[in-house]
Amino acid sequence: MSTATKIAYADVETGTELPAQTFPVTRATLVRYAGASGDFNPIHWNERFAREVGLPDVIAHGMFTMAEAIRVVTDWVGDPGAVLEYGVRFTKPVIVPDDGEGAVIEVSGKVAAKLADNTVRVDLTAMSAGKKVLGMARAVVRLA
Amino acid sequence: MALDQSFVGRTYPPTAPYEVGREKIREFAVAVGDPNPAYTDREAARALGHADVIAPPTFVFAITYDAAHRVLTDPALGLDYDRVVHGDQKFAYARPVRAGDLLSVVSTIEAVKSLAGNDIVDVRGEVRDASGELVVTAWTKLVSRAAEEG
Repeated sequence: MSTATKIAYADVETGTELPAQTFPVTRATLVRYAGASGDFNPIHWNERFAREVGLPDVIAHGMFTMAEAIRVVTDWVGDPGAVLEYGVRFTKPVIVPDDGEGAVIEVSGKVAAKLADNTVRVDLTAMSAGKKVLGMARAVVRLA
Repeated sequence: MALDQSFVGRTYPPTAPYEVGREKIREFAVAVGDPNPAYTDREAARALGHADVIAPPTFVFAITYDAAHRVLTDPALGLDYDRVVHGDQKFAYARPVRAGDLLSVVSTIEAVKSLAGNDIVDVRGEVRDASGELVVTAWTKLVSRAAEEG
Protein backbone atom coordinates (compact mmCIF):
# COMPACT_ATOMS: atom_id res chain seq x y z
CA MET A 1 0.00 0.00 0.00
CA SER A 2 1.27 3.44 -0.92
CA THR A 3 2.51 5.84 1.69
CA ALA A 4 3.21 8.66 -0.74
CA THR A 5 0.94 10.98 1.20
CA LYS A 6 1.67 14.62 1.92
CA ILE A 7 0.76 14.31 5.58
CA ALA A 8 2.97 12.58 8.15
CA TYR A 9 1.41 10.53 10.92
CA ALA A 10 3.76 12.14 13.42
CA ASP A 11 2.47 15.60 12.48
CA VAL A 12 -1.18 15.01 13.30
CA GLU A 13 -2.99 14.69 16.57
CA THR A 14 -6.47 13.72 17.61
CA GLY A 15 -8.47 16.86 16.90
CA THR A 16 -6.32 18.05 13.98
CA GLU A 17 -8.68 19.78 11.56
CA LEU A 18 -8.55 19.15 7.83
CA PRO A 19 -9.07 22.11 5.47
CA ALA A 20 -12.83 22.50 5.00
CA GLN A 21 -14.28 22.79 1.50
CA THR A 22 -17.56 23.79 -0.11
CA PHE A 23 -18.94 22.06 -3.19
CA PRO A 24 -21.61 23.67 -5.38
CA VAL A 25 -24.32 21.44 -6.88
CA THR A 26 -26.64 22.46 -9.71
CA ARG A 27 -29.09 20.49 -11.82
CA ALA A 28 -26.37 20.32 -14.49
CA THR A 29 -24.02 18.75 -11.92
CA LEU A 30 -26.60 16.04 -11.22
CA VAL A 31 -27.25 15.31 -14.89
CA ARG A 32 -23.52 14.91 -15.44
CA TYR A 33 -23.18 12.69 -12.37
CA ALA A 34 -26.13 10.57 -13.52
CA GLY A 35 -24.37 9.93 -16.81
CA ALA A 36 -21.00 9.18 -15.26
CA SER A 37 -22.36 6.92 -12.51
CA GLY A 38 -25.17 5.26 -14.43
CA ASP A 39 -27.72 6.25 -11.76
CA PHE A 40 -30.62 7.70 -13.76
CA ASN A 41 -33.22 7.69 -10.99
CA PRO A 42 -35.53 10.59 -12.00
CA ILE A 43 -35.62 11.99 -8.43
CA HIS A 44 -32.18 13.40 -9.31
CA TRP A 45 -33.25 15.35 -12.42
CA ASN A 46 -37.05 15.41 -12.79
CA GLU A 47 -38.78 17.84 -10.43
CA ARG A 48 -42.28 16.64 -11.32
CA PHE A 49 -41.34 13.06 -10.51
CA ALA A 50 -39.53 14.05 -7.30
CA ARG A 51 -42.61 15.86 -6.01
CA GLU A 52 -44.86 12.96 -6.97
CA VAL A 53 -42.89 10.66 -4.69
CA GLY A 54 -43.09 13.12 -1.81
CA LEU A 55 -39.78 14.96 -2.07
CA PRO A 56 -39.66 18.76 -1.80
CA ASP A 57 -37.70 19.06 -5.05
CA VAL A 58 -34.96 17.33 -7.02
CA ILE A 59 -32.32 15.90 -4.66
CA ALA A 60 -28.66 15.11 -5.23
CA HIS A 61 -27.52 11.50 -5.50
CA GLY A 62 -26.39 10.37 -2.06
CA MET A 63 -23.35 8.88 -3.74
CA PHE A 64 -22.53 12.29 -5.22
CA THR A 65 -22.48 13.78 -1.74
CA MET A 66 -20.37 10.85 -0.55
CA ALA A 67 -17.93 11.47 -3.42
CA GLU A 68 -17.62 15.16 -2.54
CA ALA A 69 -17.17 14.60 1.20
CA ILE A 70 -14.14 12.31 0.82
CA ARG A 71 -12.35 15.03 -1.15
CA VAL A 72 -11.63 16.78 2.12
CA VAL A 73 -9.55 13.69 2.95
CA THR A 74 -8.04 12.95 -0.48
CA ASP A 75 -7.08 16.60 -1.08
CA TRP A 76 -5.47 16.64 2.38
CA VAL A 77 -3.32 13.54 1.85
CA GLY A 78 -2.81 13.92 -1.92
CA ASP A 79 -2.99 10.19 -2.69
CA PRO A 80 -6.60 8.94 -2.93
CA GLY A 81 -5.20 5.41 -2.72
CA ALA A 82 -4.37 6.08 0.94
CA VAL A 83 -8.06 5.77 1.85
CA LEU A 84 -8.52 2.34 3.44
CA GLU A 85 -12.10 2.62 4.67
CA TYR A 86 -14.92 5.06 4.04
CA GLY A 87 -18.50 4.92 5.21
CA VAL A 88 -21.49 7.25 5.56
CA ARG A 89 -25.14 7.26 6.54
CA PHE A 90 -27.47 9.28 4.31
CA THR A 91 -29.45 11.26 6.85
CA LYS A 92 -31.01 14.15 4.89
CA PRO A 93 -31.21 14.84 1.16
CA VAL A 94 -29.31 17.66 -0.53
CA ILE A 95 -32.15 19.61 -2.16
CA VAL A 96 -31.16 21.16 -5.49
CA PRO A 97 -33.58 23.86 -6.70
CA ASP A 98 -33.70 25.01 -10.31
CA ASP A 99 -33.05 28.64 -9.39
CA GLY A 100 -29.78 29.28 -11.18
CA GLU A 101 -27.80 28.74 -7.98
CA GLY A 102 -28.60 25.22 -6.83
CA ALA A 103 -27.19 24.00 -3.53
CA VAL A 104 -23.90 23.97 -1.66
CA ILE A 105 -22.42 21.07 0.32
CA GLU A 106 -20.08 22.20 3.11
CA VAL A 107 -17.65 19.56 4.33
CA SER A 108 -15.28 19.67 7.29
CA GLY A 109 -13.22 16.95 8.87
CA LYS A 110 -10.99 16.25 11.81
CA VAL A 111 -8.74 13.49 13.03
CA ALA A 112 -10.85 11.52 15.50
CA ALA A 113 -8.30 8.85 16.43
CA LYS A 114 -4.74 7.81 15.70
CA LEU A 115 -4.71 4.09 14.87
CA ALA A 116 -2.04 1.46 14.26
CA ASP A 117 0.26 1.29 11.21
CA ASN A 118 0.32 5.05 10.54
CA THR A 119 -3.42 5.18 10.00
CA VAL A 120 -5.89 7.70 11.38
CA ARG A 121 -9.66 7.87 11.51
CA VAL A 122 -11.12 11.10 10.11
CA ASP A 123 -14.66 12.10 11.02
CA LEU A 124 -16.42 14.22 8.40
CA THR A 125 -19.32 16.63 8.71
CA ALA A 126 -21.35 17.46 5.60
CA MET A 127 -23.99 20.20 5.70
CA SER A 128 -26.37 21.64 3.13
CA ALA A 129 -28.89 24.43 3.76
CA GLY A 130 -28.06 24.23 7.46
CA LYS A 131 -28.80 20.52 7.76
CA LYS A 132 -26.48 17.61 8.35
CA VAL A 133 -26.75 15.51 5.20
CA LEU A 134 -24.39 12.70 6.22
CA GLY A 135 -24.19 10.84 9.51
CA MET A 136 -21.41 8.59 10.80
CA ALA A 137 -19.21 9.84 7.96
CA ARG A 138 -15.83 8.31 8.69
CA ALA A 139 -12.72 7.42 6.77
CA VAL A 140 -9.59 5.54 7.72
CA VAL A 141 -6.55 6.79 5.86
CA ARG A 142 -2.88 5.83 5.85
CA LEU A 143 -0.41 8.65 6.38
CA ALA A 144 3.29 8.82 5.65
CA MET B 1 -44.84 -6.38 3.18
CA ALA B 2 -42.78 -8.90 5.10
CA LEU B 3 -39.51 -9.87 3.49
CA ASP B 4 -38.50 -13.46 3.07
CA GLN B 5 -36.04 -14.10 5.93
CA SER B 6 -34.65 -17.15 4.18
CA PHE B 7 -32.64 -14.75 1.98
CA VAL B 8 -30.30 -13.90 4.87
CA GLY B 9 -26.87 -15.34 4.19
CA ARG B 10 -27.52 -16.03 0.53
CA THR B 11 -24.52 -15.55 -1.70
CA TYR B 12 -24.81 -15.07 -5.43
CA PRO B 13 -22.47 -16.17 -8.23
CA PRO B 14 -19.79 -13.70 -9.38
CA THR B 15 -20.88 -11.08 -11.91
CA ALA B 16 -19.38 -10.96 -15.41
CA PRO B 17 -16.12 -8.97 -15.25
CA TYR B 18 -16.34 -5.18 -15.52
CA GLU B 19 -13.32 -3.66 -17.25
CA VAL B 20 -12.29 -0.39 -15.60
CA GLY B 21 -11.53 2.08 -18.38
CA ARG B 22 -9.20 5.06 -18.12
CA GLU B 23 -11.71 7.34 -19.82
CA LYS B 24 -14.55 6.13 -17.60
CA ILE B 25 -12.48 7.08 -14.56
CA ARG B 26 -11.81 10.48 -16.10
CA GLU B 27 -15.52 10.97 -16.83
CA PHE B 28 -16.38 10.13 -13.22
CA ALA B 29 -13.68 12.42 -11.80
CA VAL B 30 -14.93 15.30 -13.99
CA ALA B 31 -18.51 14.61 -12.91
CA VAL B 32 -17.61 14.96 -9.24
CA GLY B 33 -15.40 17.96 -10.02
CA ASP B 34 -12.26 16.32 -8.67
CA PRO B 35 -9.03 17.48 -10.36
CA ASN B 36 -6.72 15.04 -8.50
CA PRO B 37 -4.14 14.01 -11.16
CA ALA B 38 -4.03 10.43 -9.82
CA TYR B 39 -7.35 9.91 -11.66
CA THR B 40 -6.27 11.17 -15.06
CA ASP B 41 -2.46 11.29 -15.36
CA ARG B 42 -0.67 7.94 -15.41
CA GLU B 43 2.67 9.49 -14.49
CA ALA B 44 1.14 11.26 -11.51
CA ALA B 45 -0.46 7.99 -10.41
CA ARG B 46 2.85 6.16 -10.81
CA ALA B 47 4.62 8.79 -8.74
CA LEU B 48 2.22 7.82 -5.94
CA GLY B 49 3.09 4.14 -6.39
CA HIS B 50 0.13 3.03 -8.49
CA ALA B 51 0.49 0.94 -11.65
CA ASP B 52 -1.96 3.11 -13.60
CA VAL B 53 -4.52 5.84 -12.97
CA ILE B 54 -6.73 4.98 -10.03
CA ALA B 55 -10.44 5.53 -9.54
CA PRO B 56 -12.00 7.87 -6.96
CA PRO B 57 -13.01 5.99 -3.80
CA THR B 58 -16.73 5.85 -4.60
CA PHE B 59 -16.32 4.91 -8.29
CA VAL B 60 -16.74 1.20 -7.55
CA PHE B 61 -20.28 1.75 -6.27
CA ALA B 62 -21.67 1.62 -9.81
CA ILE B 63 -20.33 -1.92 -10.09
CA THR B 64 -21.40 -3.18 -6.67
CA TYR B 65 -24.82 -1.54 -6.88
CA ASP B 66 -25.49 -3.11 -10.23
CA ALA B 67 -24.73 -6.50 -8.67
CA ALA B 68 -26.87 -5.74 -5.59
CA HIS B 69 -29.74 -4.51 -7.73
CA ARG B 70 -29.95 -7.82 -9.56
CA VAL B 71 -30.15 -9.64 -6.23
CA LEU B 72 -32.67 -7.31 -4.59
CA THR B 73 -35.14 -7.19 -7.45
CA ASP B 74 -35.75 -10.95 -7.07
CA PRO B 75 -39.55 -10.97 -6.62
CA ALA B 76 -39.25 -13.80 -4.10
CA LEU B 77 -37.47 -11.45 -1.65
CA GLY B 78 -40.52 -9.18 -1.57
CA LEU B 79 -38.75 -5.81 -1.52
CA ASP B 80 -40.78 -2.87 -2.91
CA TYR B 81 -38.02 -1.45 -5.04
CA ASP B 82 -40.02 1.65 -6.03
CA ARG B 83 -39.80 2.86 -2.42
CA VAL B 84 -36.13 2.06 -1.85
CA VAL B 85 -33.73 4.70 -0.59
CA HIS B 86 -30.03 4.36 0.15
CA GLY B 87 -29.50 4.21 3.92
CA ASP B 88 -25.81 3.58 4.54
CA GLN B 89 -22.77 2.93 2.40
CA LYS B 90 -19.36 1.72 3.43
CA PHE B 91 -16.23 0.60 1.58
CA ALA B 92 -13.07 -1.16 2.74
CA TYR B 93 -10.23 -1.03 0.23
CA ALA B 94 -7.53 -3.69 -0.05
CA ARG B 95 -6.10 -1.48 -2.80
CA PRO B 96 -7.47 1.30 -5.01
CA VAL B 97 -9.40 0.36 -8.14
CA ARG B 98 -7.27 1.17 -11.19
CA ALA B 99 -7.57 1.35 -14.95
CA GLY B 100 -7.37 -2.06 -16.58
CA ASP B 101 -8.89 -3.92 -13.64
CA LEU B 102 -11.35 -6.66 -14.53
CA LEU B 103 -13.66 -6.61 -11.54
CA SER B 104 -16.22 -9.18 -10.54
CA VAL B 105 -18.63 -8.93 -7.61
CA VAL B 106 -19.95 -11.61 -5.28
CA SER B 107 -23.01 -10.31 -3.41
CA THR B 108 -24.20 -11.67 -0.08
CA ILE B 109 -27.39 -10.66 1.73
CA GLU B 110 -26.19 -10.01 5.27
CA ALA B 111 -29.44 -8.95 6.93
CA VAL B 112 -33.13 -8.58 6.21
CA LYS B 113 -35.38 -6.85 8.73
CA SER B 114 -38.41 -4.66 9.22
CA LEU B 115 -38.34 -1.61 11.51
CA ALA B 116 -41.31 0.71 11.98
CA GLY B 117 -42.79 -0.49 8.72
CA ASN B 118 -39.59 0.04 6.77
CA ASP B 119 -38.02 -2.97 5.08
CA ILE B 120 -34.25 -2.97 5.43
CA VAL B 121 -31.75 -5.08 3.51
CA ASP B 122 -27.98 -5.14 4.01
CA VAL B 123 -25.90 -6.40 1.10
CA ARG B 124 -22.16 -7.01 1.07
CA GLY B 125 -20.35 -6.99 -2.25
CA GLU B 126 -16.86 -8.45 -2.50
CA VAL B 127 -15.04 -7.08 -5.51
CA ARG B 128 -12.18 -9.17 -6.87
CA ASP B 129 -9.80 -8.66 -9.78
CA ALA B 130 -9.02 -11.13 -12.58
CA SER B 131 -6.50 -12.92 -10.36
CA GLY B 132 -9.11 -13.41 -7.66
CA GLU B 133 -7.50 -10.92 -5.25
CA LEU B 134 -9.91 -8.92 -3.11
CA VAL B 135 -9.90 -5.24 -4.15
CA VAL B 136 -12.84 -3.68 -2.31
CA THR B 137 -15.62 -4.79 -0.01
CA ALA B 138 -18.77 -2.66 -0.21
CA TRP B 139 -21.62 -2.69 2.31
CA THR B 140 -24.92 -1.19 1.16
CA LYS B 141 -27.98 -0.68 3.33
CA LEU B 142 -31.20 -0.15 1.39
CA VAL B 143 -34.43 0.91 3.04
CA SER B 144 -37.84 0.45 1.46
CA ARG B 145 -39.87 3.17 3.14
CA ALA B 146 -43.20 2.38 4.73
CA ALA B 147 -46.13 3.71 2.70
CA GLU B 148 -47.32 7.09 4.02
CA GLU B 149 -50.44 6.99 6.12
CA GLY B 150 -53.58 8.41 4.51
